[in-house]
This record gives sequence, C-alpha cells and structure tokens, in this order.
Amino acid sequence: MGNNPVATPQYEYGVVKQFTVMTVIWGIVGMAVGVLIASQLAWPALNFDLPWLTYSRLRPLHTNAVIFAFGGCALMATSLYVVQRTCQTTLFAPGLAKFVFWGWQLVILAAAITLPLGFTSSKEYAELEWPIDILIAVVWVAYAVVFFGTIAKRTTSHIYVANWFYGAFIVTVALLHIVNSLAMPVSLFKSYSVYSGAIDAMVQWWYGHNAVGFFLTAGFLGMMYYFVPKQAGRPVYSYRLSIVHFWALISIYMWAGPHHLHYSALPDWAQSLGMVFSLVLLAPSWGGMINGIMTLSGAWEKLRDDPVIRFLIVALSFYGMSTFEGPMMSIKTVNALSHNTDWTVGHVHSGALGWVAMISIGSIYALVPWLYGKKQMHNVGLVNTHFWLATIGTVLYIASMWVAGISQGLMWRAVNPEDGSLTYTFIESIKATYPYYIVRAAGGLVFLSGMFLMAYNVFKTMTTPVTSTNTAAQPA
Amino acid sequence: MDINTLRGIATILAFGAFIGVCWWVFGARRKQGFDEAANLPFADDAHELNSLQHDKGTENKQ
Repeated sequence: MGNNPVATPQYEYGVVKQFTVMTVIWGIVGMAVGVLIASQLAWPALNFDLPWLTYSRLRPLHTNAVIFAFGGCALMATSLYVVQRTCQTTLFAPGLAKFVFWGWQLVILAAAITLPLGFTSSKEYAELEWPIDILIAVVWVAYAVVFFGTIAKRTTSHIYVANWFYGAFIVTVALLHIVNSLAMPVSLFKSYSVYSGAIDAMVQWWYGHNAVGFFLTAGFLGMMYYFVPKQAGRPVYSYRLSIVHFWALISIYMWAGPHHLHYSALPDWAQSLGMVFSLVLLAPSWGGMINGIMTLSGAWEKLRDDPVIRFLIVALSFYGMSTFEGPMMSIKTVNALSHNTDWTVGHVHSGALGWVAMISIGSIYALVPWLYGKKQMHNVGLVNTHFWLATIGTVLYIASMWVAGISQGLMWRAVNPEDGSLTYTFIESIKATYPYYIVRAAGGLVFLSGMFLMAYNVFKTMTTPVTSTNTAAQPA
Repeated sequence: MDINTLRGIATILAFGAFIGVCWWVFGARRKQGFDEAANLPFADDAHELNSLQHDKGTENKQ
C-alpha cells in the first residue's frame, strides 16, 4: 500500500491541533478546580473566606470547564479531524473553523471570569448569562456550518457512522442551548428565564439530560466509532448494529429528562414517562457498548499490548456501567433513596471520568502522533501509567460516593418507630460523609495527576524532531 | 379524538419506525454498502504513509 500512494487532499490540521492542545490544558484546569471543591467539602476552610472561591461559585466553574472546555475541545478536535478523514476532503470554510476555535476559547474565558464573580442564571449546566449565551449560539452555528459543509463536499459515497453521531450532537446541542437559554435580560449581567414554575424545571431538565445524552454521549460515541476501529486496525464489529444504535439512542434519549424531577411538582404521568424511557435507554446504550468492545474480537491481545486501546475499551466498560446504573436510578423507588445524595454525584463521575474523560484521553493519545507524523506517543510507558492513575482515581471516586450516597439516603429516611420523628439530624449525615469526601478528593487528585503526565507526553510528542522516530516509522 | 387514542397511535408509529429501521438495516442488499462504509476509517491510510515520507523528504533536504 505504501508503494502506491493515492492522491489525498491536504487536510486542514491547524485547527485540530489547536483544539487538541486546549483539550489537555482545559482538562487540567477543570479537573484542578474539581479537586479544589472536593477538598472544600472535606475541609471547608479551603474557601479562604473569599467570595470568589466559595463552593457555590466554583462548582459551576468546574462543571462548565470539564464539560464544555475539556469535553468541548476534545469533541471539536476529533470531529473536525474525523469528518475530513472519513469524507476524504478538506475542511469547508477553514477561516470559519478558526473563528470557531477562538470564539470557543473566548466563551470559556468569559465563563472563567463571570462565574467566580457570581454572575449566573442559576440553571444547572447553563449558568452563563445571556451575552455569553448569544456568543455560544453564534460559535455553535459556525461549527455546524464547518462540519456539515465538509460532509456536503465529501468525495466518498457514504457518510461514516461517526459523523452521524457527531452530527446529531451538533444539531441537538444547538436546539437545546437556544431553547433552554431563552431569557429576558434586565441588565448586561442579569436575565430571567422566559419559562416559569414546573415548565421551567421541565425545560431545564429536558436540556440537562440531553446535554448528557447528546454532548456527553452521542458526541463521544462518534469519537468511539472512529478511534476504536482505527486504533485496533479493524472495522467496527457490526456496522448494521451501529445504525440501529444511532436511531434508537437519539429517539429515546429525548424523553428521559423528567427522571431528574421525580416526586416534584411535575405531573406524575410525566415522571413515569421519563422513568420508562430511561429504562428503555439501557438497550441502545449497551448495544453501542457491545459494538465497540466486540470490535476487538479476535484481537484481544491488543488490550494487553496497547495502552491507548486499554483507555478506549475501559472507557466503554465504564460507559456500560454508568448506563446500567442510570436507568436503575431513574426507577422512582430507587430514586427515592438516591435523589439529592452523593450517589448521583458518583454516578455522574463514573460517566464523566470513566467514559467521557477516558475515551477523550485515549483518542488524543491516538490522534497526537497522527497529527505530528509520529509513529506513537513520545513515551508509551507514561501512557500506561496515566491509564492506571485514571482508573484508580475513578474507582476511588465512585466507590466512595456510592457508600456516601447510600448512607445519606438511608439516614435521611430513617424514622423512629414509636413517634415517627427523624432518627438522624441532617448534620449527622454530613458528619458521616466526611471520610468519603476525603477519599473522593484523593481519587480526584490521582486522576488529575495523570493529566500532568499527559501534558508532558503530548508536549514531547509534538516537539521532538521527526528524525528520532523516523526510521521506526518507515513503512515496510 | 381522545388524547389516549392519540398516545396509542404514537406508540404504534414509534414501534413501526423501529421495526422499519431494523428491516432496512438487515436487508441483504445493503451488505456491500455497509462493508464499504465500515472501512472508511482505513480508506485513506496512504495519507499517513505519505505524510511520514514527506517529513522524511524535507528532513533529507536539510
């Protein structure tokens, strides 16, 4: 094959490289803020009595930074790479792609300034005030134009399944963001949602759950459908299953949001509908997970030899675990125990650290050598170390939050049989949670430490001259 | 029309759509197209080899 090189387009990698580097940087920033606020829960003095460092202001900064800065940059880097490679054409409107990069960095910077200052619309995962919301909408539409424009000018006859998932992610996030952020401004930094009461709650969690479903799932499944087959060197286990996976997943996810509002003022039938759709969601989620993992069927030794594959496959395992846990927690009787406890926080992080972060880290370890013409990462052993730090950090995090959450749920519902009064005061449940908060902070710190190894490794891979790896990279 | 009749019809339509997707996907006629699509990540592998050779080429000139 190497003797007969076909004419390939000069792919636009500049913006891909920019987004890749920023993925690592924002990953470190977002996770560091996470470790700080986890430590504040264990040792409250760590807010130093400064309003800008209070938990209530830094928590949205953490979620915005890891989801939209780290996750967003990873999705934009990989989608703009994958769409070019699988459509075998260059990026549509490369100038607009540059605008997407700088616009997105500006959004992140604006979030990092306004959230600690206390400007918030108080909608979870949509805290940013209206001027930033407008900037997000503009940048996102530009991103959609670049992505779908590239698909429109493709030279291949098929649109590869990864692009379907990336496409669904881009279209749906635009819809979610615009509908949920509709607000009436009263000043430059303050606005009120156009919705009110239970309708506001339903719109918010329609947005919130689909942010999980389309930003944190569909987008990263697009990543999975390209990087798992590519790194394993074999096509996806079943292309047919991937199509059923796509349509089933996107059509069911839309209706699962009400499970965030069990036992609230939301009508009972809407709560039950959300629960049923959440349970059905297990099927397409596991269909996709099995499709990804079975891609390695017949080549399981790669799991032992290649730490990048290990990142990708363990990410899929965490995905399977959290998409089993999620439907279970959406059952109203289980939710009665888990709601508002740290079990929910643990569940979110088994998805966020185990699935989203690990599939992104694995994909970037695959991508960086390809972008810079290297055979592999500068130090593969360090990739392996990072893998173990990420896995141990995630397990410490979610195991401690399971115990903490279930303890809290049981303590809050315990009543004295003689007079029906509560067995425990709320503060007693907080006291019981302290040791787990310390374990959780330690888990987060272990996960974060791996990101520093990644930053070093990515930097070295980018900057080491091609000479040193070139003889090894020469095609046979 | 009673709202519950509408709900019933919507459920049947959604189920029909799912069966339709499965029927379309598993049709034997589409196997070749899907095989081609599944191999798209590898369709331009030559590009990577080109870029490696290209790097080597520039390096030799230096």
